[in-house]
Amino acid sequence: MKILVCISHVPDTTTKIKFVNNNTSFDTTGVQWIINPWDELALTRALDIKDAQAGVIEEIVVINVGLIDSEPTIRKALAIGADRAIRINADPKDAFLVATELAEVIKKENFEIILCGIESCDFNGSTVGGMLSELLDMPSVSAVSSLEIDGGQVKLKREIDGGQEGVHTQTPFIGIVQKGICKEPRIPSMRGIMTARTKPLQVVEPIAAEPLIEFVNYEFPKPKAACRKVDPENVKELVTLLHEEAKVI
Amino acid sequence: MNFEFTEEQKMIQQAAKDFAERELLHDVIERDEKSEFPTNGMKKLCELGFLGMMADPKYGGGGMDTISYVLAMEEISKIDSSCAVVMSVCNSLVNWGIEEYGTEEQKQKWLVPLAKSEKIGAFLLSEPEAGSDATSQRTTAEDKGDHYLVNGTKNWITNANSASTYIVIAQTHPDKKHKGINALIVDKNTPGITLGPHENKMGMRSSDTHSVMFNDVKVPKENRIGDDGFGFSFAMKTLDGGRIGIASQALGIASGAFERALKYSKERKAFGTEIFNHQAVAFKLADMAVKIENARNLCLKSAWLKDQHQPYGIMSAMAKQYAADIAMEVTTEAVQIHGGYGYVKEYHVERLMREAKLTQIYEGTSEVQKIVISRSLLK
Repeated sequence: MKILVCISHVPDTTTKIKFVNNNTSFDTTGVQWIINPWDELALTRALDIKDAQAGVIEEIVVINVGLIDSEPTIRKALAIGADRAIRINADPKDAFLVATELAEVIKKENFEIILCGIESCDFNGSTVGGMLSELLDMPSVSAVSSLEIDGGQVKLKREIDGGQEGVHTQTPFIGIVQKGICKEPRIPSMRGIMTARTKPLQVVEPIAAEPLIEFVNYEFPKPKAACRKVDPENVKELVTLLHEEAKVI
Repeated sequence: MNFEFTEEQKMIQQAAKDFAERELLHDVIERDEKSEFPTNGMKKLCELGFLGMMADPKYGGGGMDTISYVLAMEEISKIDSSCAVVMSVCNSLVNWGIEEYGTEEQKQKWLVPLAKSEKIGAFLLSEPEAGSDATSQRTTAEDKGDHYLVNGTKNWITNANSASTYIVIAQTHPDKKHKGINALIVDKNTPGITLGPHENKMGMRSSDTHSVMFNDVKVPKENRIGDDGFGFSFAMKTLDGGRIGIASQALGIASGAFERALKYSKERKAFGTEIFNHQAVAFKLADMAVKIENARNLCLKSAWLKDQHQPYGIMSAMAKQYAADIAMEVTTEAVQIHGGYGYVKEYHVERLMREAKLTQIYEGTSEVQKIVISRSLLK
């Protein structure tokens, strides 16, 4: 069984966000880049399954749509334990373009399980997994917080309002994973770090594809106003403020 | 001159940071209070390969450079220098000593499990009557033909209980003084070895420190490192590298305290503003930042020299002396910046201040480092 984990190259979550070029692009100066945290959880789960079921999982492959500057992030995935990596040499302009490029490469190999994080921490679109499923005509399960392989069957749990849903599925399928899929992401070992460059990192040229979204400009959310406190006895003042200032009644 | 770290060095630094925050931070105060060894953290440290990070991969080590080691030591020491000192003794003293000067048989038998982080090592030099003056060894290793018979007491031994492999420095030929000293690899379970109680220390209380007594301990001849009488020279050369580890540890203690003080200064308000905006506090932090940067540069340069196979003994003495002394200064100021909160355990800085003190003392006091440095100026 082969597992493919889709990984995104994203800014560290503590990055101070700035925009340039008249707020039309993200300023990458000094930014630390990481594996998207949800993708990292997916990779960790894949590795845990491989460790627990020796001989069942043949290899774990990571795939990324990105330019050459994403290679350090890909090598971190190799250091953590992935067996090989594929980078599709394209600028990930939007989710549709990413899904299109991924589908084209994925369909050339047989992966029984494809995992991706439920969202990326930069654009939080939550769409690549679903699009990939449609483009590959493959079943997908979203919000997966537990994944077990028992014999030939895959047993999942997914988060729903008010609880969890159990899902059994056959391979191949796409698991769109979220927190809970594993306890915490793996830390790469010293040997893992030193051998990452010896593992295959294949660069594939993209097919012609256009994004469906154009980013016009970026702006920050308005700063939160200070909290106005109203005496609980003074209902009249509260009503006045809600009507005249907040304009919600 | 390129001051950038490589991709691998940055990954190692991040791995050490993540490990320390995830595995050590949550119970570091409790373990310090109870003087408890970080058993769970050590298990994970070993799994990740931190104890053998510089040993040659052919012996099971990580094959990393000394710069990577400095980066990892700093990150772990920011949070738990008791754990970091285990790393330092294993990597700098025991593993390096055997790999550099041991026979191939010694490496296969003793270095491989250490390099794979399956076992922990300890370095036994200090004695009740011989600390800074390491030439005055009272522990004896009598040459009995096919073995040495070891008798004596070693003091302040880090990892004494958790280690399984000791390197013991002992006198074989008293008439030859320091040229009659040998270094012996000793299995801790050899009959005749007993440990004193765990020392109740001021700081680094999670680190396991004991006296070790040798009573007619038989050590096979083939366990001697190097030629007969090489032991003192071996110890001095090994300690040159050990200084880089302790300097990095002191650097981590200082930078950990600084980060906490900086964060606190941006949150705590006094006289209508954050205390960072008061010049008295801002200038303290500026001074701390400069000292840490200098200490870091000395550590990295020492590491670079070692990696380039250039003489590094003087630079490592400078790094150790400076980093330890500024660690004491920086942690004291960190407590001061925290005010009353700095005096309670919950805020970590008082622990860091207690830990900094030991870095000025062990593996060569700051005064001994100044002897090394000043003598080099005479040449």
